[in-house]
Amino acid sequence: MRHRKKGNHLSRTSSHKTALMRNLAAQVIEHKEIKTTHAKAKELRGYVERLITYGKKGTVHHRRLAFKFLQDKQAVNSLFEEVAPSFENRNGGYTRIIKLGNRKGDNAPISLFQLVGFEKISDKAAAKAEKDKKKVAKKEKAAKETETKAQESAAEEPATQAEPEAPAEEKEAEKEDEEKKED
Amino acid sequence: MANPKRKISRSKRDMRRANWFSSMKPSQLITCDNCGEKKLPHRACPSCGYYQGKNIFIPKNA
Repeated sequence: MRHRKKGNHLSRTSSHKTALMRNLAAQVIEHKEIKTTHAKAKELRGYVERLITYGKKGTVHHRRLAFKFLQDKQAVNSLFEEVAPSFENRNGGYTRIIKLGNRKGDNAPISLFQLVGFEKISDKAAAKAEKDKKKVAKKEKAAKETETKAQESAAEEPATQAEPEAPAEEKEAEKEDEEKKED
Repeated sequence: MANPKRKISRSKRDMRRANWFSSMKPSQLITCDNCGEKKLPHRACPSCGYYQGKNIFIPKNA
């Protein structure tokens, strides 16, 4: 009978499952969000929420309880110093699971496991959008400058005006190259 | 040993099998609020990486 048997063993022995949860929890605390199968994410949630509660209590005893599970000093430190203080005004629900779709190869449903308030990607996306905007603006600017230059050369104006523009354009071109390298 | 009393006729067999295919339905798709592409419900959009108005991941071919 399945009475009062909660949780998913994920086709592992008890020790194997504990080890898996330890690793995943330490990784979540280190990286703030991880991609894993939906079943593992759902199972992990309870462990991580419990750890964050330890972190919020913040006593030496709770530090030891957290270390007992995580077996990772760095993870415990970042849990108590960085992660838990940010959840001061939140009563539970510290984590978020978002379904991403199925994995190629074994068709396993994959989810994103996040610590609420530590989302990285939105910042990245905003930065990227700004970059793209800048790129477009630069291109337009460059196009305009070439146009004006062409007009100036057509009008046969003194070369002193055209000269200071040329190095600026070169610099912009260099910058664009750098950005491409970064991407 | 318990055994079937009658042979299953071709008609009966085929009637049983015919229901399997008609029971298969295409997966329900919804349009993404962000990019308008078709996507599976309750999942982050694979084409734009958004879910519930938030950017979750950056798609590779963006």
